[in-house]
Amino acid sequence: MNINLEIIGITVLWTFLFGYIIVASIDFGAGFFNAYGIFTKREHILTKIIQRYLSPVWEVTNVFLVFFFVGIVGFFPSTAFYYGTTLLVPVSIAIILLGIRGSYYAFETYGARSHKGYAFMYGLSGLLLPAALSIVLTISEGGFISMVDGHLILDYWLLFTSPLTWSIVVLSLSAVLYISAVFLTWYADQANDTPATELLRRYALIWALPTIITAGGIIYELRFHNKEHYEQILSFWWMFLISALLFIGTVWLLWKRKNYGVAFSLLIGQFAFAFYGYGMSHYPYLLYPHLTIYDSFTNEAMAISLIIAFIAGLALLIPSLYLLLRLFLFNKDYVSGKSEHEH
Amino acid sequence: MINEEAVYYSRILTETTLSFHIIYATLGVGVPLMIMIAHWVGIKKNDEHYILLARRWTRGFIITVAVGVVTGTAIGLQLSLLWPNFMELAGNVIALPLFMETFAFFFEAIFLGIYLYTWDRFENQRKHLLLLIPVAIGASFSAVFITIVNAFMNAPQGFELINGELANVNPIQAMFNPAMPTKVSHVVGTAYMTSAFVLASIAAFRLLRGSNHIYHKKALYLTMKVGLIFSLTSLIVGDLSGKYLAEYQPEKLAAAEWHFETSESAELILLGFMNEEEEIKYAIRIPYALSILAHGSPTAEVIGLDQFREEDRPPLYIHYLFNIMVAIGMLMIVVSFFYIVSKAKGWSIVESKPYRWLIVFGGPLSLIAIEAGWWLAEVGRQPWILRGIMRTAEGATTSNDVDLMLLLFCGLYLILGIGSVVVLTRMFRRNPVERELMERKGDVHR
Repeated sequence: MNINLEIIGITVLWTFLFGYIIVASIDFGAGFFNAYGIFTKREHILTKIIQRYLSPVWEVTNVFLVFFFVGIVGFFPSTAFYYGTTLLVPVSIAIILLGIRGSYYAFETYGARSHKGYAFMYGLSGLLLPAALSIVLTISEGGFISMVDGHLILDYWLLFTSPLTWSIVVLSLSAVLYISAVFLTWYADQANDTPATELLRRYALIWALPTIITAGGIIYELRFHNKEHYEQILSFWWMFLISALLFIGTVWLLWKRKNYGVAFSLLIGQFAFAFYGYGMSHYPYLLYPHLTIYDSFTNEAMAISLIIAFIAGLALLIPSLYLLLRLFLFNKDYVSGKSEHEH
Repeated sequence: MINEEAVYYSRILTETTLSFHIIYATLGVGVPLMIMIAHWVGIKKNDEHYILLARRWTRGFIITVAVGVVTGTAIGLQLSLLWPNFMELAGNVIALPLFMETFAFFFEAIFLGIYLYTWDRFENQRKHLLLLIPVAIGASFSAVFITIVNAFMNAPQGFELINGELANVNPIQAMFNPAMPTKVSHVVGTAYMTSAFVLASIAAFRLLRGSNHIYHKKALYLTMKVGLIFSLTSLIVGDLSGKYLAEYQPEKLAAAEWHFETSESAELILLGFMNEEEEIKYAIRIPYALSILAHGSPTAEVIGLDQFREEDRPPLYIHYLFNIMVAIGMLMIVVSFFYIVSKAKGWSIVESKPYRWLIVFGGPLSLIAIEAGWWLAEVGRQPWILRGIMRTAEGATTSNDVDLMLLLFCGLYLILGIGSVVVLTRMFRRNPVERELMERKGDVHR
């Protein structure tokens, strides 16, 4: 593939989606572990560490998602027609879950005191959301949308009886819990909170296996669902191999209780290789077989102005994000709770 | 192709989302400016009350921002979910400001997070105040960019349609369309004005409900002053908006003013009521005023609805919306102007209970004016979603599930609305100003 505006556009968007998947996974998983901790009476171990991380960054997570969907309509306006028409129900449900989650997070943190029922809802929504959002990836594989008299129809029956759908749902859930647990292990270790580190390390190891098994299973299922895509995936075998090696590296470090920071960066690498490998093998389709990045692309003038706006925006955002991370994520006093702040 | 039922429910759902979102969005744009002013005055006068004002407003602001973010995400996605045909066309021409809005908001979110968690981290308060500047800029520019998209829907330009195909797209020209200057300044100005009056309303309410603390009096004076300034700018921009409409969207102005026949020296119809025979009753008619509003000259010709086919006219009920908006705007100018003058002259009438109640109602009334203004803007553009290019019905989805989604979203907004009000009242009731001041006295510079 040659480098052209279409490729630049989709790479930018794919990167935002990757960013969202990582930060949102940490957030969703943390909510689940928090609820699970309360349920199993281990809240004293986890709640503090989880809330310290989540408090300052919850809004930033949401923006990654907004970037992605605003960007995709900008670069590929036809996606508004294809995905907009067919995704009304799953995406509306996702918005409502995000709505309850985001707002109640603020209500809880800044307003009232903890409420158990709320913590469960928060944890549960963290599991339902990846399930609802991952449906989009399933649909993009094609076979679920048909054009009838100029109307696009999504076949829900076919969608919900397909093993592919459910494998992707399971992968999204286990990946969320795995990513989150690995990150929080590192975060708790930074805070010198040994009981929390140990518990989260155990969660990370528990969720490692289902993640890798379903990921492999999905590639296998694609062979029957979308042969063309399956063959393309095989041509990127080396990316998936690197991903698998990085996975082994993370698990090994966790097992040996060594270098949790390195373990987390290996995990980022693992998901990056798998995610970009998947993305590249999907090329050029945005929606099999209806839509490619070429026939849905915007005009050249808009593409260039979007890219310029994007570069200017990044020049503004990267220093700001760096400041945020330095103040909260990499500040030892803050992480370990030594410096107290009012909110 | 068009699914009438889907069009109907898509309109209702969009209207519901926007009507709910705009309350939080308006406060989200205006309140950061108010916090910045209070914080700045506090540092300059070395007055702990203003600093505390900034702190307490910030805490409340978080809640409104959270709901604003959530409903903003909803409307952003609903544009594609409910109006896929429109977004496919519009995405080609006006995606740039939508994209930039995301950056502006991201910028705001990052610094808001930092500002919030660093109240006592800085030795020098001025440095902390500096963090608020990107918050206020980000908030205001979010409004600017989004309003540009709305302006484009009213006055589309920056592209050509050749045999139904888009050509020669110019995103910058699309952004700087004729509707943009008045619309953007009106939206931003009224957001500042409304936020000031909402905060004034809270201060007046505290004063009525027993507290006679100087803290609330300072808050009231500050917010009324800012409110007056921005209600005056809104008035001026409102006049310019009339001139814009006369030039570029005469059917909207004509429908809002019930101006049926194209004529010179046109009279302005204020208030009034229209019966089923389309006769106007009980209206105040001001000679020449519509010509002045539209063109700045008492004898100028103003285009009436007779120049437009029946199917291209906006609904006539927008006249009521227009009157509500203007009446509340005028009332607030009078209320705040009289308050400031009385304060200067030492007249005590503005300290009286009835006057304070008037100020209390000013907050909700300003929000009603915002709602009426947006309904006027949106309904007044009908039957078009993109004026002159695409009709609303052509832009809508064909899905059959919109009615069910409408119910789900109504449930969400109900929860968010009740939740935010409960949390806000509880937050401030449990931690009254007097107690917080006492606590801070012994512990001012932690």
